[in-house]
Amino acid sequence: MLLRLEPRGEHSRLWTYASPLLALALTVVTAAIIFSVLGKDPLQSLYVYLISPLTSTTGLPELFVKAAPLILIGVGLSLGFRANVWNIGAEGQYTLGAIFAAGLALSYPDAPAILLMPAMMVLGILGGMAWAAIPAYLRTRWNANEILTSLMLTYVAQLLLIYLVTGPWRDPEGYGFPQTALFSSNATPPMLVEGTRVHLGVLAAFLVAIIGWIVLTRSVIGFQLRVLGQAPRAARFAGFSQSRLIWLSLMVGGGLAGLAGMFEVAGPVGQLTPSISPGYGFTAIIVAFLGRLHPIGVIFGGLILALSYLGGEAAQIDLRMPNAVTGIFQGILLFFLLACDVLILYRLRGPKPAAAGGA
Amino acid sequence: MTGQAETTKATGTTVPLLSLTGIVKQFPGCLANDRVDLTVLPGEIHALLGENGAGKSTLVKIIYGVLKPDAGEIRWQGEPIVVQNPNHARRLGIGMVFQHFSLFETLTVAENIALGLTDAADRKGLRTRIAEISRSYGLHLDPDKAVHDLSVGERQRIEIVRCLLQKPKLLIMDEPTSVLTPQEVERLFETLRRLAKEGCAILYISHKLEEIRALCERATIMRLGKVVAHCDPRQETAKRLAEMMIGTALKAASHQARGEANGGPRLEVKTLNLKSEQQFGTDLKNVSLAVKGGEILGIGGIAGNGQAELMAALSGEMLAASPNAIVIDGTHAGKLGPRERRALGGCFVPEERNGHGAVSGMSLSENAFLSGHIRRALARNGLIDSGKTAGFADDVIKSFDVRTTGPSAEARSLSGGNLQKFLVGREVKQSPSVLVVSQPTWGVDAGAAAAIHQALMDLADSGTAVVVISQDLDEIFALADRIAVIAEGKLSQAIPIGEASVEQIGLLMGGMHGTSGGRDVASA
Repeated sequence: MLLRLEPRGEHSRLWTYASPLLALALTVVTAAIIFSVLGKDPLQSLYVYLISPLTSTTGLPELFVKAAPLILIGVGLSLGFRANVWNIGAEGQYTLGAIFAAGLALSYPDAPAILLMPAMMVLGILGGMAWAAIPAYLRTRWNANEILTSLMLTYVAQLLLIYLVTGPWRDPEGYGFPQTALFSSNATPPMLVEGTRVHLGVLAAFLVAIIGWIVLTRSVIGFQLRVLGQAPRAARFAGFSQSRLIWLSLMVGGGLAGLAGMFEVAGPVGQLTPSISPGYGFTAIIVAFLGRLHPIGVIFGGLILALSYLGGEAAQIDLRMPNAVTGIFQGILLFFLLACDVLILYRLRGPKPAAAGGA
Repeated sequence: MTGQAETTKATGTTVPLLSLTGIVKQFPGCLANDRVDLTVLPGEIHALLGENGAGKSTLVKIIYGVLKPDAGEIRWQGEPIVVQNPNHARRLGIGMVFQHFSLFETLTVAENIALGLTDAADRKGLRTRIAEISRSYGLHLDPDKAVHDLSVGERQRIEIVRCLLQKPKLLIMDEPTSVLTPQEVERLFETLRRLAKEGCAILYISHKLEEIRALCERATIMRLGKVVAHCDPRQETAKRLAEMMIGTALKAASHQARGEANGGPRLEVKTLNLKSEQQFGTDLKNVSLAVKGGEILGIGGIAGNGQAELMAALSGEMLAASPNAIVIDGTHAGKLGPRERRALGGCFVPEERNGHGAVSGMSLSENAFLSGHIRRALARNGLIDSGKTAGFADDVIKSFDVRTTGPSAEARSLSGGNLQKFLVGREVKQSPSVLVVSQPTWGVDAGAAAAIHQALMDLADSGTAVVVISQDLDEIFALADRIAVIAEGKLSQAIPIGEASVEQIGLLMGGMHGTSGGRDVASA
């Protein structure tokens, strides 16, 4: 064996933060190799993928538009992951949030925006919560693993969405396309910056991240979540109810995913279609880990993964690469991130341990 | 192994089995070993004595290949060597039983032992060999039991058996007797003496001075990373040994208001029945007890006889079936959770420090908040008052002489004894009406143990009802006003400490379980 792993015996603070950076660097190198294997000039491809999306006038605002749902979902997931509640079904909760809000938007298109918008936000949150309540109940009542239940419910949500847009909610004037009517302007979130698609949801995402940060680091609830995740017996010793915290984690995660779904269909998409998400709910898991399960870190993670979506689009147009390049980039990033996180608890050593004096 | 066995006891001409010269180990901010010399002869039982933080653990980790020294030389049977890792150490013939066990909770005893073996061929007939060793050395173990259901004492036996399977030439024991009954300790000593006679040297780390005097032939005493003395413990008094170790004269803990308690009980348990949540746990059967303010009740018993369940029932981690099964200061608390019980004045120190009493990855401040936030009002409007919390943690650190860099230090950075002082201090500083502590000094050095004992007595003197659940009888006899024994989930009647003898209690702990046995002895 060339390299050995040696336990550090403690968390390395340095590597907690250096690991995502190393993972990013390794991902970029690997992406360059993939580009060159595909017969593209690697440097130019990297430029197209990572830099060019930001150079156009719409680039930066678009980055924030794409990052908003990732941050919203990522913050909610981070809080739950801290408590060892593994909600993998944010994609489904996002879909239900979108469906709930869309139902309202389609039923009352002419309601005044000042009422309709908040009502849609509430319904979006409730939709996500309702979907997350199923794994929460199954976990706390029957001890069913929430990883499986929440993940599988994602596919149920997707089928429900397809049923609605091809059946009862299909736009009669939509030439048979599986989609609802476009939402009214009252049901569209206000734009924050003129001439861009930067909508209210972007602001909401940043606010949620800041609130999430305060909750996690300063509040008693955040403390309870962290204790539950790090030492369940200590949580019990302190009298923190595990099932209450599981419910809370899933409600916060589901609610924020639902809110993200609502903003996405009401804002950038503008209607319900079978493809309202390019996998935001799953990508947000990477965002949460890249952001070290810290709400402020999630902002950075969200921006980086938003760039991978924009880069994927640019690569399709400029390099004639398939859309799959986005998924590959994200997958490699998660792969390296998990690998690099080993360095938090272990250090790499050469084949022969240095003689006395090495440690 | 056999060649070694023929080498007889320490003589001037014998090549030392192990000799360390000038070992230096520097940790950030702390020189753990400062030019330490140590010589262990074949077949001798050698004590390594020192307070927590004296550098004993660091030194044995260096011997066992867990840590690398920054400087110094290790010779094994005369040859200079570099111990690469624990595997290498085991191949050389060094076995170690750690103070904190490294066992997989979900696996069985046999599986855990199999995992520790480096050679696949060893696994054949493993179960028979486990059975053989546990029989011949008096270390009772069921190879098919899952570890998570075993007591600390039973877990320790796994570690010992695991070492013995390797037929070591040197066996390192880190605080081995803290969880054993007097009878078990005697049996362990027989085991160790027999091993020594067979030629296996034993490096014995303990703070129990009487044991060291009974068992060991030579002692090396460390303080603050340095070797301060060598002696023959059989020639020294326990007090003298302790003073060499601590560097100052010891004063015995004292408890003034003993037996002077007036008024009704502050903690009462009435015919409590509780099913254990663990598959091989012990159900509590008709447990009753009453403790007045100012009184210390000791609960003795062998590990795994319902102590964990009793602790959980008292702390509210497990709820009783009826509210009046547990009464704290006159309030029916049987169905109240830990937070409500704390509000009533109940404070608790569980047996396990890491992961139960404390979150090892959190700071001392956060750990102070964990159980102190209700009684010390450390939260405001759902937010943690970090200034007040750090102040509370700092108060605990100062009053209990916890050696650490401050409230922001992570719990895991503290040595076992220091963390225990912090956890006891955290509860004592909440001025509880009832304090229940389990194994207050397990794995803690003499200095810290004395400080903890004094704190518990002072607390009782101030009017608190104190319950000490301990497997260390000496501790109970030193602390308690009355003693009760738990065996198979039944609690004997409490006997005033002056009327109880070690033999009597030993009988209660062993065969004569149940309330009838308890009454017989109590009335005897």
